[in-house]
Amino acid sequence: MSTDNLSRPTASLIASDRRCGFVFTDAEREAIEHEIGHYEDSRAASIGALKIVQESRGWVPDAAIPAIGQLIGIPASDVEGVATFYSLIFRQPVGRHVIKVCDSIACFLTGYDELAAALRAELGVEFGQTTADGRFTLLPICCLGNCDKGPTLMIDDDLHGPVEPSGVRVLLEAYP
Amino acid sequence: MSAGADIRTSPETHPLTWRLRGREAVTELADYEALDGYAALRLALTELSPGDVTQRVKDSNLRGRGGAGFPAGIKWSLVPMGADAPRQKYLVCNADEMEPGTFKDRLLLERLPHQLLEGMILTGYAIQASRGYIFLRGEYVLATQRLEQALTQARQAGYLGETILGSGWSFDLFVHTGAGRYICGEETALINSLEGRRANPRAKPPFPQIAGLWGKPTVVNNCETLNCIPAIVRHGAEWFKGLSQGRSPDSGTKLYGASGRVQRPGVWELPIGTTARELLEEHAGGMREGLALKAWLPGGASTDFLLPSHLDLAMDYDTIMKAGSRMGTGLMMAVDDRQSMVSVVRNLETFFARESCGWCTPCRDGLPWTVKLLSALERGEGELGDLEILAQIARQLGPGKTFCAHAPGAIEPLQSALKYFREEFERGIAAPPAAAING
Ligand SMILES: Cc1cc2nc3c(=O)[nH]c(=O)nc-3n(C[C@H](O)[C@H](O)[C@H](O)COP(=O)(O)O)c2cc1C
Ligand code: SF4
Ligand code: FES
Repeated sequence: MSTDNLSRPTASLIASDRRCGFVFTDAEREAIEHEIGHYEDSRAASIGALKIVQESRGWVPDAAIPAIGQLIGIPASDVEGVATFYSLIFRQPVGRHVIKVCDSIACFLTGYDELAAALRAELGVEFGQTTADGRFTLLPICCLGNCDKGPTLMIDDDLHGPVEPSGVRVLLEAYP
Repeated sequence: MSAGADIRTSPETHPLTWRLRGREAVTELADYEALDGYAALRLALTELSPGDVTQRVKDSNLRGRGGAGFPAGIKWSLVPMGADAPRQKYLVCNADEMEPGTFKDRLLLERLPHQLLEGMILTGYAIQASRGYIFLRGEYVLATQRLEQALTQARQAGYLGETILGSGWSFDLFVHTGAGRYICGEETALINSLEGRRANPRAKPPFPQIAGLWGKPTVVNNCETLNCIPAIVRHGAEWFKGLSQGRSPDSGTKLYGASGRVQRPGVWELPIGTTARELLEEHAGGMREGLALKAWLPGGASTDFLLPSHLDLAMDYDTIMKAGSRMGTGLMMAVDDRQSMVSVVRNLETFFARESCGWCTPCRDGLPWTVKLLSALERGEGELGDLEILAQIARQLGPGKTFCAHAPGAIEPLQSALKYFREEFERGIAAPPAAAING
């Protein structure tokens, strides 16, 4: 588990990013060091570190990968392996708000298709894409543990359900 | 919790949820203590040895609520104990709840955070763990906040930390939030993830109880399993066994639920062995107006479909197993008669294909293949022989043929749908020659 699955970015990009350098904010560094303290081995903080960078910047820029590796003492390729494995680590910029729509079975039975169609129409994007104004990114997600209130979605940290297709426009207005 | 007050009348019959009677949640330490909270922990640390606690849980016959039903006490008793045992041992709560159709652990995590902590501290004491982790899926934001607050309060009160309640045993707990991927719920993949690696499962043996997190003895239990522990320690094994009220040889209560197009989807704490019919008809109020039940999954996406004719079965591990499925997480999902089974199965397999960790070829390549075939059948563009290929893939992804239980779980809904609803799949084959229909 090191350099496999390195689908993006290309090696030359990584190299140029390395030269660009990456500087943690004090808050990021502090949060990552705090995280390291929870484990017997600093490697365990790799996912947390990616999440901390993502929390403050919205996504994980390529240059953050070797910087995280250096901070927690593991090879950059291992950090990259982790970053590409987990679906909620974003390796490219996302919109100001991320919409995660549950496409698992209970929501599928209670109207996922109609909800997804309404969202695509309202936003003018497909799943995996960000609106041109940079406001929303639309993503699929598996069961959100809210199956008694399907169809369900999350916008940023907020869980919503059941969401009627006709209510999508009003719902999105709360996320400028 | 949408159950009426009548079925939750005393702590003796609803050990998991009685504290929620008339309350939305019990998040403050003082409120939890006022409701007999941490009493079991005080009892254990002053009067019981670690071995006594394990014995009590063994005697209670509590079976793991994560899906497989492995007896919790037996799992714990495999952990090395005594002076020669490693100094570092770990307890991990599996709160990665991502099994489609499952929404029970979130209730416990958000609304009774201290009950989970008490269960974990008791379990940690029983196995003499040095540290514990709550592996929580990252999307459970409210649960994360409430657990962090509960941990701070428990530390201040001396329920965590150095020599807890003067017992000489020290233990601390941390929340670890995930970053997506269903496979993190598989216990060995979870351990890899917790170590900061890709969540590929590990080979077993060695089992985690011997060599788990950082190579040290580790117990992984589901969140609901751990929530059962305080009441077992407090009231005893015999009492816990009696909770099933003779409905099942299994003991205790279970968080059961129902989803799909039913009148009142929800989750309820009921005696283990409650029938699926009672769940669907009494608690969920039956199917929505104008709909009839066509098929149901007993407990999550990775269980086999059952039919309306199976509704009178007791929802317990062995009964559902004998009927050809698995109780899984115990949250039933109702498929109504307006749904196409081909579409339903296509949705399920799309989930499993996307969530495969990619480690072994049958799973990584086989599941996308099923999605491709099912999608063609769904559009009416299937080809002769597709059903045989599906059946063959199902065999090749069965138990023992892949590196972990993800792929065998994935084919359970597929193989059962093919068994019970074959004609629907056949209808997806483009212009089948008459001979093929009859043959
Ligand atoms: C693909 C896969 C996903 C799983 N996901 C979960 C999960 O989200 N939560 C859980 O408790 N168990 C899950 N399990 C079961 C765990 O591997 C393990 O058996 C369980 O956590 C043990 O707890 P228990 O003995 O208390 O039931 C999963 C298993 C597999 C194969
Ligand atoms: S069966 Fe699937 S999820 Fe399990 S190890 Fe193989 S590829 Fe990974
Ligand atoms: S299936 Fe959508 S929240 Fe569970």
